[in-house]
Amino acid sequence: MEKFTTLTGIAAPLAMENIDTDMIIPKQFLKTIKRTGLGAGLFYEHRFDEQGEKITDFVLNRAPYNEAKILVTGGNFGCGSSREHAPWALLDFGIRCVIAPSFADIFHNNCFKNGILPITLSQEEVDRLMDDAERVANATLTVDLETQTITEASSEEGNGGSISFEIDPFNKQYLLEGHDDIALTLKREDKIEDFEAGQKQSQPWQWIGQTQEGET
Amino acid sequence: MSESRTLFDKIWTSHVVDRSKDGACLLYIDRHLVHEVTSPQAFEGLRDAGRTVWRADAVLAVPDHNVPTTDRAAGIDDPESRLQVDTLMQNCEEFGIRCFAMDDLRQGIVHIIGPEQGFTLPGMTIVCGDSHTSTHGAFGALAFGIGTSEVEHVLATQTLFQTPAKNMRITVDGELGPGVTAKDVILAIIGKIGTAGGTGHVIEYAGSAIAGLSMEERMTVCNMSIEAGARAGLIAPDETTFDYLSGRPLAPKGAVWEQAVAHWRTLPSDEGAHYHCEENLDAAEIAPQVSWGTSPEQVAPITGTVPNPAAQSNPAHREAIERALDYMGLAPGARLTEVAINHVFIGSCTNGRIEDLRAAAALAEGRKVAATITAMVVPGSGLVKEQAEEEGLDRVFLEAGFQWHEPGCSMCLAMNADKLEPKERCASTSNRNFEGRQGRGGRTHLMSPQMAVAAAVSGHLCDVREMA
Repeated sequence: MEKFTTLTGIAAPLAMENIDTDMIIPKQFLKTIKRTGLGAGLFYEHRFDEQGEKITDFVLNRAPYNEAKILVTGGNFGCGSSREHAPWALLDFGIRCVIAPSFADIFHNNCFKNGILPITLSQEEVDRLMDDAERVANATLTVDLETQTITEASSEEGNGGSISFEIDPFNKQYLLEGHDDIALTLKREDKIEDFEAGQKQSQPWQWIGQTQEGET
Repeated sequence: MSESRTLFDKIWTSHVVDRSKDGACLLYIDRHLVHEVTSPQAFEGLRDAGRTVWRADAVLAVPDHNVPTTDRAAGIDDPESRLQVDTLMQNCEEFGIRCFAMDDLRQGIVHIIGPEQGFTLPGMTIVCGDSHTSTHGAFGALAFGIGTSEVEHVLATQTLFQTPAKNMRITVDGELGPGVTAKDVILAIIGKIGTAGGTGHVIEYAGSAIAGLSMEERMTVCNMSIEAGARAGLIAPDETTFDYLSGRPLAPKGAVWEQAVAHWRTLPSDEGAHYHCEENLDAAEIAPQVSWGTSPEQVAPITGTVPNPAAQSNPAHREAIERALDYMGLAPGARLTEVAINHVFIGSCTNGRIEDLRAAAALAEGRKVAATITAMVVPGSGLVKEQAEEEGLDRVFLEAGFQWHEPGCSMCLAMNADKLEPKERCASTSNRNFEGRQGRGGRTHLMSPQMAVAAAVSGHLCDVREMA
């Protein structure tokens, strides 16, 4: 997984609440057996009409937002289906940071597994960044994970400041270091084996039931 | 610190393998369900890293999302769907995982077959790369959906790093009125707390109305916990749970069964256990529900009307309602019972079990699907289908004008050939009414199987209580 340290890029405003993962990546793109190439399907039904033509006024189809690296959006982002194709599609499109007042749990988890930083801010702070993003001249933000700050562009009309954000220390370290988390877990192999040995004693039905199939 | 613990607390603490210094827990996972859509990249990851599956006997796989529900002997037409299903079969063979193939009688929707086989047991931790894994919480198991990276992690290590959830209790007391089902209970709950109401929490459903539900009804309730934003749903195991599980193929037998039941009786939340938040509903006040919008929280009693966005003071909510009504093609203030439909879908992991089909058939018997409507019944598994056919339910449905299909996820998410055309309007027993969920431009109204039959017969959304 790619590390996340700092990111400077265009922030695209998508002011909508409860954006679900079906909307982020519709079902027809879930038939792939690969993780790559899903950017083409990102927000597909909003970016393309039924004939496959670009819907030119959708934010991610307009310059400079078609180059966005950051998405500023509404609450409960990523609700619904657990499909990791949603962060894969964002990543493949070039978006590595999503800023919203709240996130759905599974999507939030899936972001960290893919080097995407989901930032939760107050509604007022999101509104301010949404305002930045909507004014093209101010749409460039810099996100620094180590110092947990978002710096706004300092043009004349801009809000021109910085906003700090909170992040769970476990997830922060995870992104900063870009771990292979399976390798890390397997370092605790002995502990997993000890747990299993204990459970076989205390809850044998968890283990015996599996071998009974066909015996009855 | 209080000694009293919730059901969630008990399951959680009994599965902690290790704790990291920043508070995350390495949690042991007892059961892992796998399907074709969210697993291929996980198996590929294992292969690329030269890793094996930690505990193959804790995994059960089945193709369900992509499978055709008609003419299965002909195989899968769509080459991408076929590749995905074939890939699952190959991966299971390579890694030694039990898989119910498309032509196996036990094939079905992953969340239907786990309980059906007794693979799901109380007190377990259960995961699947699918958000409706919350279904298994009906057994008092901590069950939650995960992404594909986590699927790979569980396959490789049988564990997951997790931070503890908060406890939420929703108590439903009293008796449900005639025509009011478990589906109406959960839709009413989501309508009340909202689609982010449970975020960060595990919801424990409690109260006399919940205790009075059958296992299948409990599964309907827990299934849609994710639509309330919760990490999982839970219901305390009791005699209803044990009766359902006894004798299932993968459930323990004999003395070990007795030992298991004795342990399961210790799982319910202790008196005085702490919940971070609580909600209460009066069962008697719940009317049959239908969704009118594009989020499961946009739901109303069938006796109600489509809301008027102009009456909303919060601009974000107003815009959300306007957007939903535009997509759904509904006018503010319209009576819900006047909304005409052209499609009916009965099935899914929410309402594709035998009791759902019995209830739907009982209402369909002697009636006819309106001429303007295409109505389909998709059993949740091959065993549900077989049972229904033994009871003659298939004939009831066919005589009433419903189509009778092979089992699978079908039009719940329209990954196979079963889908709506743009602007088609569907009375659906599934769990999501998102834009495009049942086909691009398709319009979904969520409801119970009984309400779906009432809609099929009358041609419009209809209060099942008025069908004498």
